[in-house]
Amino acid sequence: MAGSNPNAKPMNLTLRVWRQKNRTTAGKIVDYQVRDISPEMSFLEMLDVLNEDLLRKGEEPVAFDHDCREGICGSCNLFINGRAHGPEAGTTTCQLHMRKFSDGDTITIEPWRSTAFPINKDLSVDRSAFDRIIQAGGYVSVNTGGAPDGNEIPIPKEIADRAFEAATCIACGACVASCKNSSAMLFVSAKVSQLALLPQGHVERKTRVENMVAQMDKEGFGACSNIGSCAAECPVGISLENIAILNREFLSAKATSNNLA
Amino acid sequence: MFQDSKIPEGPLAEKWEKHKFNVKLVNPANKRKYDIIVVGTGLAGGAAAASLAELGYNVKAFTYHDSPRRAHSIAAQGGINAAKNYQNDGDSIFRLFYDTIKGGDYRAREANVYRLAQVSVNIIDQCVAQGVPFAREYGGLLANRSFGGAQVSRTFYARGQTGQQLLLGAYSALSRQIAYGKVKMYTRSEMLDLVVADGQARGIITRNLITGEIERHAAHAVVLATGGYGNVFYLSTNAKYCNATAAWRAHKKGAYFANPCFTQIHPTCIPVSGDYQSKLTLMSESLRNDGRVWVPKTVETAERLRKGEITVNDISEEDRDYFLERKYPAFGNLVPRDVASRNAKQMCDEGRGVGSSGLAVYLDFADIIKRTGADSVSQKYGNLFAMYEKITGEDPYKQPMRIYPAVHYTMGGLWVDYNLQTTIPALYATGECNFSDHGANRLGASALMQGLADGYFVIPYTIGDQLAQTPPTPVSTNHLAFEEAEAGVRERINKLLSINGTRSPGEFHKALGHIMWEYCGMARNAEGLRHAKQEIQKLRREFWSDLKLTGTDQELNQMLESAGRVADFIELGELMVDDALHRNESCGGHFREEYQTPEGEALRDDENFAYVAAWQYNGENKPEILNKEELSFENVKLTQRSYK
Repeated sequence: MAGSNPNAKPMNLTLRVWRQKNRTTAGKIVDYQVRDISPEMSFLEMLDVLNEDLLRKGEEPVAFDHDCREGICGSCNLFINGRAHGPEAGTTTCQLHMRKFSDGDTITIEPWRSTAFPINKDLSVDRSAFDRIIQAGGYVSVNTGGAPDGNEIPIPKEIADRAFEAATCIACGACVASCKNSSAMLFVSAKVSQLALLPQGHVERKTRVENMVAQMDKEGFGACSNIGSCAAECPVGISLENIAILNREFLSAKATSNNLA
Repeated sequence: MFQDSKIPEGPLAEKWEKHKFNVKLVNPANKRKYDIIVVGTGLAGGAAAASLAELGYNVKAFTYHDSPRRAHSIAAQGGINAAKNYQNDGDSIFRLFYDTIKGGDYRAREANVYRLAQVSVNIIDQCVAQGVPFAREYGGLLANRSFGGAQVSRTFYARGQTGQQLLLGAYSALSRQIAYGKVKMYTRSEMLDLVVADGQARGIITRNLITGEIERHAAHAVVLATGGYGNVFYLSTNAKYCNATAAWRAHKKGAYFANPCFTQIHPTCIPVSGDYQSKLTLMSESLRNDGRVWVPKTVETAERLRKGEITVNDISEEDRDYFLERKYPAFGNLVPRDVASRNAKQMCDEGRGVGSSGLAVYLDFADIIKRTGADSVSQKYGNLFAMYEKITGEDPYKQPMRIYPAVHYTMGGLWVDYNLQTTIPALYATGECNFSDHGANRLGASALMQGLADGYFVIPYTIGDQLAQTPPTPVSTNHLAFEEAEAGVRERINKLLSINGTRSPGEFHKALGHIMWEYCGMARNAEGLRHAKQEIQKLRREFWSDLKLTGTDQELNQMLESAGRVADFIELGELMVDDALHRNESCGGHFREEYQTPEGEALRDDENFAYVAAWQYNGENKPEILNKEELSFENVKLTQRSYK
């Protein structure tokens, strides 16, 4: 079977892959050759081929995180040739296809590098810091049941759309991996903005931003120096504007006391 | 009736109200003395874990993902149905109920489906309150669209990412309960067995996927929300990790498995491009609202197209066959999924398929782009078009998409009663993991509805009935049943690691998928199914004698994880084939070639097959026992489904 391009020529590639046994062992780059890679393959399918090869030879396959392979679950997280999710803008690793590479290329594949994301093994990192930031306040405190009718509070379409844009963050961590300070500001700001924009989130907006920022600092993420590489490398296009909203929310929360003003 | 399905007496519309009053309540002060395990944290599991914790129960939640936010619910695109009738277009709870029963080809329980339609309205309210940014009109009210086979606009959506937004809503509610200490969250933990002690579900055995540690967890009740088994087919729109292990282990511990052959093939997926293909990508069905499905009118034109002698834009309007519009003038491109899928297959079987493989049909947006402009189309489908272009390298604004059906959803699952309790007391199954609401075919935008209905609004009521009858004494993992289950898990892992054969888990998985797709896929027949059964049995023997793994169980070992899941898929695949073979009728997603109308539509046999087939495990290598739950239809008249 062939896809849209029956004339696509298979490629041979050199992969330079970060191998690390576990969190406490030092890792290193190891070189592998892969052959007959179809340009129609996804990047992860290319790694599947590598892993099948390794297993056949009795060597240990490369561990990497992935799941939905359609760009929405946020699991995949490879640093490819020095860029989060590789060379194609607005694309997760799983949606990157080999047609973006050429025969004979050498591709360097590393995990996200951040103190707050310790390495589990090879290319798999621990991003539970993100969960703990959400647990610190990334929600509206409503229990199940008793919610008013969905149309009770009209929300201007523009506002709903902006909230939606912010809410599309997939928590992959590319923003952190791309930031020279390993800052998580874009991730945190996306959730803060979404809930600050919506009337449902207004009640807790001050405590929310204070608690989420405090947790972000506690997790060991760096400070934001407004360079914007996070937004430039974000696979789903989370806007830098959210960081401005976060800063405004944070200042206004700090300037007034809790939810009283 | 083999087992009490606990459907309340009385008129359909009053059953749930009445039942909620009749179920026993757990004293608020006692709730904290009960521990509940929830396995899976997608829409059903995340919503259940959060809601149960809000009530005061102690919840332990488990996911094999690194975070609850990664569950495959996140990938649902199109929307969520609710009988709000905001559009004033004739919708009602009864209509949603009726559409779901009919869409399911009369193989679902009336009472469950009616309840689903009733609570659908609460789901929307709940999600809005959580801050889920649904699409809105300029006046600020919620927007709706019609979706997959419905003639009213009852689908709520968040662009093409509704599942993501709903899951993040449930995830936020869950996160809040984790912060309160009411939910203890176990990530990267895979359930490998169910513990049944003294006839009741009492806990689970898990493996920590990072350290390999085997753990015991005890509770007063266990809720499975572990999704469907579409990955039996290897290629499906499911995520790579989606698996049936938790449900299958529960089945082998005594939970009946219902209607395993009811699998849904989704018509609008991106076609396979090569042998290396690891998964298939769905394009939301909402595309069929504005896209027109067609193939060339003649085999000759199709052949020239496949050879590259002409391009799609060379084919004139009169040489195109808009086959759904032609055959089903009332519903056109919006016929239910099974009908759309089978017709696409039929076109390709006739030799009129497109793409170099010939296994694709066109989904064309030229008309709507001409009518409303590319910008308006982008507003609605922008992310889907971008995704299509990324995967195929083709621009759907300039040429039609190529689509082909792929396995998408499994209507079958663990048998549950009206309380969502399985045949093992204190074991519940919710969401896609159970069988209860979609019959033989699920309607579009109903999966999200069912997952959240079960999690937010059903299980929090019904689980209390069981717990109120369970003493609030602490549970422990010291019971012999835990020891046995743990020993079984360890033995199985050691066995997998010590086969030292030559083939990878992926190779076995692909082989299984090939058998299933070929003989138990879109169209089935007795001869093919018998052949498939033999092939699967052979594959199973090969698996246990020729599997190759590396590494140990004391580390992150993704091939080992995969091997365990493939072993279970092989067993489940055989049961699916048995079920498909025994059901001598066609209904919904189950199309037996021997049973069709002269026009080629599914021919049901209501006299002999209006029942739920609930399979009972009967020991290694023994045929499973078939139990039948007769379905009675008191509120709808069984008719031949027609979308003409």
